[in-house]
Amino acid sequence: MLEIKNLKASVDGNPILNGIDFSVKAGEVHAIMGPNGSGKSTLASVLAGNEAYEVSEESSIEFLGEDLLDMPAEERARLGMFLAFQYPVEIKGITNSYFLKAAVNEIRQSRGMDELDQMDFNELLKEKMDQINVDLAFADRDVNFGFSGGEKKRNEILQLAVMEPRLAILDETDSGLDIDALRIVSDGVNSLRTPNRAFIVITHYQRLLDHIVPDFVHVIYKGRIVKSGGKELALELEEKGYDWLKETDQATVSA
Amino acid sequence: MANTITAVPRDHFINDLAGVTQNGSPAWLGALREKGKQSFVATEFPHTKMEEWRQTNISTVVKTPFRSLTASTDHGLSADSVAAYFYAPDTWTELVFVDGFFDAALSKQNTLPKGVVAGGLNAAIHDSHPAVEKHLNQHVGDRNAYTALNAAFLQDGAFVYVPKKVVVETPIHLVFVSSTAAKDAAAHIRNLIVLEESAQANIVVSYRNAASNATYLNNVVDEVVVGANANLHWYKLVEEGAGGNHLNTLAVAQSRDSRFRGFSFSLEGAVIRNQICLALEGPGAECSLEGLYLNDGERLIDNALTITHKAPNCQSRIGYKGILDDKSKSVFTGFVHVHQEAQQTDSDQLSQNLLLSDHATIDTKPQLEIYADDVKCTHGATVGSPPEEVIFYFRSRGIDEKTARGMLTYAFADDVAGEVEIDEVSKRLDRWVYEKYSPKF
Ligand SMILES: Nc1ncnc2c1ncn2[C@@H]1O[C@H](COP(=O)(O)OP(=O)(O)O)[C@@H](O)[C@H]1O
Ligand SMILES: [Mg+2]
Repeated sequence: MLEIKNLKASVDGNPILNGIDFSVKAGEVHAIMGPNGSGKSTLASVLAGNEAYEVSEESSIEFLGEDLLDMPAEERARLGMFLAFQYPVEIKGITNSYFLKAAVNEIRQSRGMDELDQMDFNELLKEKMDQINVDLAFADRDVNFGFSGGEKKRNEILQLAVMEPRLAILDETDSGLDIDALRIVSDGVNSLRTPNRAFIVITHYQRLLDHIVPDFVHVIYKGRIVKSGGKELALELEEKGYDWLKETDQATVSA
Repeated sequence: MANTITAVPRDHFINDLAGVTQNGSPAWLGALREKGKQSFVATEFPHTKMEEWRQTNISTVVKTPFRSLTASTDHGLSADSVAAYFYAPDTWTELVFVDGFFDAALSKQNTLPKGVVAGGLNAAIHDSHPAVEKHLNQHVGDRNAYTALNAAFLQDGAFVYVPKKVVVETPIHLVFVSSTAAKDAAAHIRNLIVLEESAQANIVVSYRNAASNATYLNNVVDEVVVGANANLHWYKLVEEGAGGNHLNTLAVAQSRDSRFRGFSFSLEGAVIRNQICLALEGPGAECSLEGLYLNDGERLIDNALTITHKAPNCQSRIGYKGILDDKSKSVFTGFVHVHQEAQQTDSDQLSQNLLLSDHATIDTKPQLEIYADDVKCTHGATVGSPPEEVIFYFRSRGIDEKTARGMLTYAFADDVAGEVEIDEVSKRLDRWVYEKYSPKF
């Protein structure tokens, strides 16, 4: 469903992604690992359509058969792309419920479906809140406003559940969570796995992958995928640490 | 202090004073008007070289030779047309003033507690209500040429009196309607509100336009007296016509342990200036001034607030929000003056502004003058638009930028509107905000 070819992206002329290739099929879970500053969030942002990044003419991204690169962020979302942000913003004055209803109805409208009225939406929201185990009080709180770090991450997963995307990108949704919160978040994600939904799970730590077991692991470093493999790659990385990458990187340079 | 701006016409004001009937007015009122006239003669019209008006250029108002309305007009407004301005005519007292003059026939009077007076000021003067002579023009002082004119032309407006310990549960609504008779004219409106000790009331003041696009001026002075331990909620909604200018000075005098909560909503009009001069005169008094202004086009909205802490242990709060679009110009001043004897003063102010256009401007400044040493005074001001990352967050959820900005603007405004405790008023505000900035939902 997603085909990334030679993805190069920069900000103000400074290259961040230096040629990334990989593809994701429906139902798969891909983990992306790598040290801080290697370009993981940039990859996620570019996929979601953040125009702060300039994407090279040589690059191409296809999503569900459509060319993504010229598509505005909101249309990508309507097509089925979802990004759970590493740092979700706080929106004072707009409740989760109001925000999500607007989002869901934009998506439904773009697909030629009837908009949900307040009652139907409330029902949907309640069902999703139960499914991923978040407090019902979330509905009436302002989007992420005054939320703890863990609450914000859970709120992203709640949005994921309500929006029912085809491809969900989780950007370090595990960072900063204690083990109980991590369990809730990963149980939530696992409950959302379906044969036609794919996940890209970005993480700095192998720990998350004990809970959300990936089909593939890619290691990104300095804006490139330097290694790809099965779930055992995460363990190898855990064992050797990211320094191992830096050494191989130097080895490549000196070779 | 002769008028230095010779180009500005002003004689017509003096000439029009002849239309003010002195017949039947008590002597003290004649003297009051004469004092206003003398003060007007000696006072320049506001101009931008005066410190207080530096950012507030009202030359379009100053240069217009408005006739002054000195008697109720043949306005031709029907009860039906005026009913559209009422909020709850079955239960509230809804008083109608056309071009500044009380119109009993168009008003809705519902039963009020014993001793409460709500009606026209002119009638109260003729009835020799003791509170009128005691308080009229005692609290506003000579603020500027327009307040002086207001005194010189003083005839009518609203008078509300709530006796000691009386609680008026249902709101009293003062509806000021500008009719087509107000075209090219100035209405000098004087309102006097007196709450005696431990009294309580809610007053809603609306300025509505039935003059289409006519140019007119509402020159309004309000004097509000909040007695010891009394509690007044005051809601003012300025919905003038596109050519309607609104210059207002609200003077509030608060006795000990009194509470005043004043909301100000500037929704439509050409030039709008809301000056508030509030004095905390007795210990333990508290006030809160909250406001929302929706500025767009090339309009000017100025909110000039002065709170004077004259006694110890008083509290004052200011929270104003502005939504600034197009080439509009806004001015906000929060001047807090703390006298030496006003120890334990607790005062804060916040001015928040949402910029919807790069061409809109705002001059927002706190001014603190503190002579007491044991005080807590804070202030803050923000001007900005939603950060790009916030807009991107909406977009990543399928909500386009225009809708996102609409939703954020709505939320920004709703923060003030949500504080309003009277449903009818908050619904009215919702409608304004919704219609101006309507997101798709
Ligand atoms: N908007 C931006 N402006 C400038 N530099 C950026 C921007 N976004 C990312 N970078 C830089 O790109 C590099 C990769 O960042 P990021 O994608 O956030 O890494 P990761 O998520 O892997 O920690 C870092 O050096 C970061 O400073
Ligand atoms: Mg990151």
